[in-house]
Amino acid sequence: MSESTASVALGAVGGGQALRFYDSGGHHPENGTLLGFWLYLMSDCLVFTCLFAAYGVLGRNYAGGPSGADLFALPLVAVNTSLLLLSSITYGFAMIEMQRKRQGAMLIWLALTGLLGAGFIGIELHEFANLIHEGNGPQRSAFLSSFFTLVGTHGLHVTFGIVWLLTLMAQVARHGLIAANRRRLMCLSMFWHFLDVIWIGVFTFVYLMGALP
Amino acid sequence: MSAPDTGPAHAAGQGSEDDLDHDHDTLDITVGGYMTGFVLSVILTAIPFWLVMSKVFANPTVTTFVILGFAIVQIYVHMVFFLHMTSKAEGGWPWLSLIFTLVLVVITLSGSLWVMYHLKTNMMLPSPEQMRNMP
Repeated sequence: MSESTASVALGAVGGGQALRFYDSGGHHPENGTLLGFWLYLMSDCLVFTCLFAAYGVLGRNYAGGPSGADLFALPLVAVNTSLLLLSSITYGFAMIEMQRKRQGAMLIWLALTGLLGAGFIGIELHEFANLIHEGNGPQRSAFLSSFFTLVGTHGLHVTFGIVWLLTLMAQVARHGLIAANRRRLMCLSMFWHFLDVIWIGVFTFVYLMGALP
Repeated sequence: MSAPDTGPAHAAGQGSEDDLDHDHDTLDITVGGYMTGFVLSVILTAIPFWLVMSKVFANPTVTTFVILGFAIVQIYVHMVFFLHMTSKAEGGWPWLSLIFTLVLVVITLSGSLWVMYHLKTNMMLPSPEQMRNMP
């Protein structure tokens, strides 16, 4: 019984303990986690692809209601975009401070990243609240349903990214920059930059193209 | 595309492990790299917004293709400078999965748009009059 489980574990690539048999100390221990997290990001990318496809199909079906050109306030979207872009660079600086093992400076950059992310979410919620208040909620038309689903899913990702960021800040403050925390910070870094990549698609495909006649 | 070729060598625990470690250590997290990426992103974001907000092109189709082009370039910039994703990273496996994902993305997006566009144009919705006289 134990032999059969062992051979299964050896066959599976993510087999944790069993995989070390092949490694014999040469590898960087972070590789497996980062590759695995990258695969998660790719599957998340497919989720967003489906939502983009739904928006692409439904995005011009207004049901007699307002169109994107009527609703979208591009200056506000530009502010939002710059907030997210700035949060990407502040996270990058946090990673640089992490490499230099300067915990205090890193925590300050992380806090700044969190604040910028919170600003982004705040503006997005403000926009959503305005739309719903004017009767242009998700139930108004197929366009607005797909719009709220796509942009809302991205916003939800950013929200959970902020929760994750706060958790890691507490972890680092308590346990310091140990290997496990550095690995987690690398994962969150990929997640955060990935959300910025998705936002490029959102502001181009939804907001800018939606504002065109 | 030499990256997938190195895969089997790693799996067999041969040779190129040193390369892998080397790549990982020189993962270019530098202030310069981030600043280059940031400046490029700001430029690549500002131009599409400017094109749309001040209606530079009279033809919306032209604007659409130009801003889509800028988006693709900006996604590439983010991949390289922020996500440090190159064909060499981690023995090429993330790169391979990225290419696979991109294939799926293209199939999903173009397939959905293509099929649903033709469905919409080919489905003649009956008028209320026809609906009333339906057998």
